[in-house]
Amino acid sequence: MTAPLLEIEDLCARAGGEEILHGINLVVRQGEVHAVMGPNGSGKSTLAGVLAGKPSIEVTQGKVCYFGRNLLDIAPEERAREGVFLAFQYPVEIPGVSNMYFLKTALNAGRKHRGQEELDAIDFLALVREKMKLMQIDEKMMNRSINEGFSGGEKKRNEVLQMAVLEPRLAILDETDSGLDIDALRIVSNGVNSLRSPERSMIVITHYQRLLDYIVPDFVHVLGSGRILKSGGKELALELEQKGYAWIEGGGGR
Amino acid sequence: MAALDPRQHYGEGFHRFERALGAAAPGWLMALRKDAFARFAELGFPSTKQEEWRYTSVAPIAERAFELASDGAGELSRDEVEHSSFPVYACSLFVFVNGRFAPHLSAPRALSGSPFVESLASALEHPSERLEPQLAKLASYDAAPFVALNTAFLHDGALVQVPEGVAVEAPIHLVYLSLPGRGPRVSHPRTLLVMGRGSRATVIEDYVSLGVGPGFTNAVSEVRLEAQAQLDLVRLQREGAHHFHVSDVHVVLGRDSRFAAHDFSLGAALVRKDVAANLAGEGAECTLDGLYLASSRELVDNHTLIDHASPHGTSRELYKGILSGAGRGVFHGRIVVREGAQKTDARQTNKNLLLSRDAEVDSKPQLEIAADDVKCSHGSTIGQLDEASLFYLQTRGIDAPSARRLLMRAFASEVTSRIHQEPLRDEIEEILLGRIAREEAALS
Repeated sequence: MTAPLLEIEDLCARAGGEEILHGINLVVRQGEVHAVMGPNGSGKSTLAGVLAGKPSIEVTQGKVCYFGRNLLDIAPEERAREGVFLAFQYPVEIPGVSNMYFLKTALNAGRKHRGQEELDAIDFLALVREKMKLMQIDEKMMNRSINEGFSGGEKKRNEVLQMAVLEPRLAILDETDSGLDIDALRIVSNGVNSLRSPERSMIVITHYQRLLDYIVPDFVHVLGSGRILKSGGKELALELEQKGYAWIEGGGGR
Repeated sequence: MAALDPRQHYGEGFHRFERALGAAAPGWLMALRKDAFARFAELGFPSTKQEEWRYTSVAPIAERAFELASDGAGELSRDEVEHSSFPVYACSLFVFVNGRFAPHLSAPRALSGSPFVESLASALEHPSERLEPQLAKLASYDAAPFVALNTAFLHDGALVQVPEGVAVEAPIHLVYLSLPGRGPRVSHPRTLLVMGRGSRATVIEDYVSLGVGPGFTNAVSEVRLEAQAQLDLVRLQREGAHHFHVSDVHVVLGRDSRFAAHDFSLGAALVRKDVAANLAGEGAECTLDGLYLASSRELVDNHTLIDHASPHGTSRELYKGILSGAGRGVFHGRIVVREGAQKTDARQTNKNLLLSRDAEVDSKPQLEIAADDVKCSHGSTIGQLDEASLFYLQTRGIDAPSARRLLMRAFASEVTSRIHQEPLRDEIEEILLGRIAREEAALS
């Protein structure tokens, strides 16, 4: 077994004045893909937010270790430079900042942090063009403002493009499949799959089993009321698809 | 120390000014100056009891004994003004030191249309009758004490005359440089732009100061566009935290002419700008864009007037402010649609970013519409930097200060992006970035 990359221990968190997470325990090792499933309001996005360092979420109890460091003590930008990446469920539109400029700034922030030379415009363009092809994003889109006027599918493709360029060690995909038609789902999944590697771990958060036909996980966890109610292999997702969340919430899965 | 009596102080200055010039000026100009000074003496500096000056006390100007800056250009070398020119962009550069033309600091590009620019002082030396019907005709000083004061001390400045049908490709960069003296100094730069029928040009009025002493720039610009003329006027105010800047711009637009102002106020102890555009000819198109930044105890006050006097006129106005520290912004946008100015299409927007608890903005639209078939709209917003955007940028590895700078720049880009010439836009954005970096540093 490889070394643990992420260890979540008894994690409790509040958001919007409400207790959302009630003691999450999860270990993710290098190279593993974990799916986190659950109904709306089960705490999936809150978990993603905690890992990325969302300021509006308050951790009230528990520990999160990332490569042995206390992740909760690290600022969001430093987490990113250390290889944590969150693909947003609702990517933010930022008028006035071009995708290209943004991505170059982000990549170079990480490179500088790791003691690598910053890429100039030409080298960056060469790198990003290759990834753009994979995500079927054209240059025109890249010169537009971040996510401004993008369709739902374009936004999600853009998230995975950023992931492909930034090459994280831990990628958290928060409902990356939501709002996607089948073609977009295929493009996004292909992008994600091409990034699977023994050095890279992923947490794939989804409401539906459908995504897991494309991104096949090593483990599946079912979240309910802020706890992991059941864990298993990829077949758990199929069982869940047949029986519905009520099966687990009713205690049937235990 | 006895309180300064501005009338007496500027009166003495005016007599010295008149004596120094002797009888060199033509009679009509001497009469104009005398009349203007008499009007200033009657009006005095405005008080906050006057509606137009409600939010802006000019007491810090009135209380200081600003002396008329004499020509100090001889002491300067081109290197010293280098930072005021744009490094990349090939402009025709005209430098005015304390309001006086400094030929040895200027670098007009012979092939790019500089014959259309000369100093007002030299234009007035030659048979000056041709200027009489143009000068001081748009900028009325009847109710405007600062314009009266500028006109009383009218001596030099820039005269840009683009003949009919001529398109001037290289932008004309007018740098108005304030040079500090032993005491506080004032200069009264004057600009007269006359765009002939169907002509085209880009002019940059750039107000800069060297040194940190208190200075006062009191500028007046008059702009006339004949039919179908097109002018982009970039106005850059970057004199610094100890400076006082008051300026008036008066524009008259002929039939089917197009005027676009891109106004940047990057901070001073006090900035007050009045812009009045009169859409006199049918089908005229007027854009007034502005960006203002005020931090610590700075104040930037923009008063604009767009006067739709003829049918089928279009106006677009976008002013955006970034206020931090105890910085204050004032935006007063008046739009008048005269009776008979049918099919007018006017839109005004004012957006503000307030970055601190003590920052303040007063935004006041004023629409006066006397025609019935018109489209007029206005909107005003005040907000903070968007937390969700900040977090998004941070999750990509961009640190919080850089993310804030990026968002401020993005906010400003709605104004800068409306400068069509890309190299010029880049120059302005570069200057802006420096200012935004200071703004951000003051936040943390």
